[in-house]
Amino acid sequence: MSQLRIVIVGVGGQGVLSAAKNIGGAALEAGHGVVMSEVHGMAQRGGVVVCNICIGDLDSSLIGNGEADVILSFEPIEAYRALNLANKDTIIITNTAPVIPVTASIGEMKYPDLDDIFSAIGEVNSNLIKVAATELAKEAGTALAANTVMLGALAATGKMPVSADDLKKYMLSKVPPKTVEMNGKAFDMGVNACNTGKC
Amino acid sequence: MAMHPVLDKDVNKKIFLLGNEAIVRGALEAGLDVAAAYPGTPSSEIGNTFDKMGDDAGVYFEYSTNEKVAMEVAAAGSACNLRAMTFMKHVGLNVAADAYMTIAYTGVRGGMLMVCADDPSCHSSQNEQDNRYYARLANIPMLEPSSCSEAKEMTRLGFDLSEEIELPILLRTTTRINHMRGIVNLGPLVPGKGKGYFDKDPGRFVTIPAHARTGHINLLKRMEKAMEISENSPFNKVIDLGGDEIGIVASGAAYNYVIDYMKSNGIKGKVLKLGMSHPVPEKMCADFMASVKMVAVAEEGEPLLENDLSKIAYQRELKVKIYGKNTDHFSRRNEYSPDTIKAGLGKLLNIPVNDNKLVPRKVELPTRPPSLCPGCPHRHTYHALKKALGQKFKEAIYSTDIGCYTLGIQSPLNSADFLLCMGSSVDAAGGFSKATDQPALAFLGDSTFFHSGIHGLINAVWNEHKFVYTILDNRTTAMTGHQPNPGMGRRGGGAPSKGSDIESIVRGCGVEFVRVVDPNDIKATTQVYKEALAYDGLAVVITKRACALLEVREWKKEGSFTPYQVDQEKCKKCKVCINTFACPAIELDNEGVVSINEEYCNGCSVCVQVCPFGAIGPVNDTGVKQ
Repeated sequence: MSQLRIVIVGVGGQGVLSAAKNIGGAALEAGHGVVMSEVHGMAQRGGVVVCNICIGDLDSSLIGNGEADVILSFEPIEAYRALNLANKDTIIITNTAPVIPVTASIGEMKYPDLDDIFSAIGEVNSNLIKVAATELAKEAGTALAANTVMLGALAATGKMPVSADDLKKYMLSKVPPKTVEMNGKAFDMGVNACNTGKC
Repeated sequence: MAMHPVLDKDVNKKIFLLGNEAIVRGALEAGLDVAAAYPGTPSSEIGNTFDKMGDDAGVYFEYSTNEKVAMEVAAAGSACNLRAMTFMKHVGLNVAADAYMTIAYTGVRGGMLMVCADDPSCHSSQNEQDNRYYARLANIPMLEPSSCSEAKEMTRLGFDLSEEIELPILLRTTTRINHMRGIVNLGPLVPGKGKGYFDKDPGRFVTIPAHARTGHINLLKRMEKAMEISENSPFNKVIDLGGDEIGIVASGAAYNYVIDYMKSNGIKGKVLKLGMSHPVPEKMCADFMASVKMVAVAEEGEPLLENDLSKIAYQRELKVKIYGKNTDHFSRRNEYSPDTIKAGLGKLLNIPVNDNKLVPRKVELPTRPPSLCPGCPHRHTYHALKKALGQKFKEAIYSTDIGCYTLGIQSPLNSADFLLCMGSSVDAAGGFSKATDQPALAFLGDSTFFHSGIHGLINAVWNEHKFVYTILDNRTTAMTGHQPNPGMGRRGGGAPSKGSDIESIVRGCGVEFVRVVDPNDIKATTQVYKEALAYDGLAVVITKRACALLEVREWKKEGSFTPYQVDQEKCKKCKVCINTFACPAIELDNEGVVSINEEYCNGCSVCVQVCPFGAIGPVNDTGVKQ
């Protein structure tokens, strides 16, 4: 059976974990082997959060250098930070909305120019997909749904071994009932953004 | 309320569980009766799962005040012939070690499982200690799962094993196993016995010297039996990939990377997976080593198996060469990954590490360390104290502790200078107060106070230490995921409980200067600190305010939440809010414009007090910025 390795990166509080659970859970429901690594604890307090999802006949729950098939990044500079996990064929999907770390907001370090980040990624990988996930999520109802927009964008790449409809259905079965409509909308916006963009 | 997924009764159903949840499921399939623990990452979700299930689990579960207490509660359950478990992070076993060492001498009646979660790479810990040494230190058999399904099975069968050998079983995990999510095949849930009965046997359970000497004899006999079991354990097995060029001995998470590496590179050889890794099955290992041309050992942490194998090979005069940490193919540091195995085995087998990873041109990125949340009352405590200290801030010693408040180490708060372990804040501050004339300050949270902050307090009163002891009472155990503690009015599992009042304990210990203050009131808190710093003796300041994450959840529920914003006309761009307060919701752009990110603002309003120009106020009712 084919294997698929997905890395999700973001910042504590962005919903990286729940997106990862939805991807893994939907793959399991479709009959695939899944093992993943989550982050709990200290890193969740505004630090970098990385989740690995390994689909197929694999025992390892971590993804090695250059092994990722997809990088789903909820924050633009975190996509750059995770590039060691990517190869030239990796599909890199990133949210374009920055989350400024305290080290930058107090002026100790500088948050880089995003165009520079995107061009640095583009120089080594031509599969970069940029999604204004936070903006779209706000349109759907709340910025908190940016992770759902990103899930939609992932589904639209066709890389997942489950259809966009099945992933959406699975995700909607896990969100609080009163947010179903909003999350459904956010997911579709992610699909559309990806379809009208690069992929 | 919906039934917790871990309580699913559908036998043979495959569900997606976190390693920690799989451990709980395994215990419930084994007829568990008693569970006790103090939360500690990476083991925390074991307790969280019991806590959420409440009475539905049919188990007596408690959060205990610390790991030693928890282990002794569980030991009593086992002595009453009930199945009992305790679980902790690796350093928690240091706290419980006194009880742990002697439970090996008394042995157990009801099966007893001690889950101990190591944290190689220090994801959430102060050290990388390898607790497999503890199994050897105490002579306690040990199981090491590599997957979620194994975590469940080893837990379930661990209770049987414990009763068969009459010793507790150490189920040793690492962060990667605790926080791995994988497929688990459900077995039937087995109800516990409910209540047991303690048959008295002082010769066994009262460990006075004469009895302890016998206990040691019994322990050694029991370990002989454990060795026989280990030689035949289904958890120790050889995976034959054809050929005898190399034999790799692996355990825990390292096994996963080894097997995937062997398969993907088509390497012919054998893998000996040690799941029951103490006592090491000596005969099995010897046979394995004799069957291959060379041996490599893949184990995270210290070279324990590697040293054991060297000993076994020496005793049996095997000529096979053993590669691992002693030959610099692997490291003692950090958790392993596919890359570790690729590099180590690649070097040994002359397979180039060809990982195609991208090497982009360098762009400097800001670091993103974990930090205190927007609205966190700990930031307010540190901010007020810094104001009260004034010029003395530089020489004051911040003796901190384990909890969210350790994150005060980040600039610009810089409120952490010394930390060893749970409770070290107050004990060391006492030492500092005698060893130097610099102002000594101790900081610990409410849960850490109950865990190990009280004996240090009594010591400080007794020995007349002079320092300021801050108890940051945020009404929860925040860092590990908001577990209850004795000051909160509820127990593990959800039942209400009167618990203990921190202020009364402090007064009861004989402290005369005690102040309770809301740290969200910067002026009042600064004033309290001025008095405390001037006081000639031990001064205890309890800064009492609920964790911002819990508070904002309540506000949003009742519809009273309002984020704050900066009035750009009033803002003088002085950056006091940025440079001294540094709430992550307050942002500074490249033009020097300060604004509050509404998405992150938790509405605590304390920045209003920090701004010298009155430029910060609530977002108006329509949510439209001025």
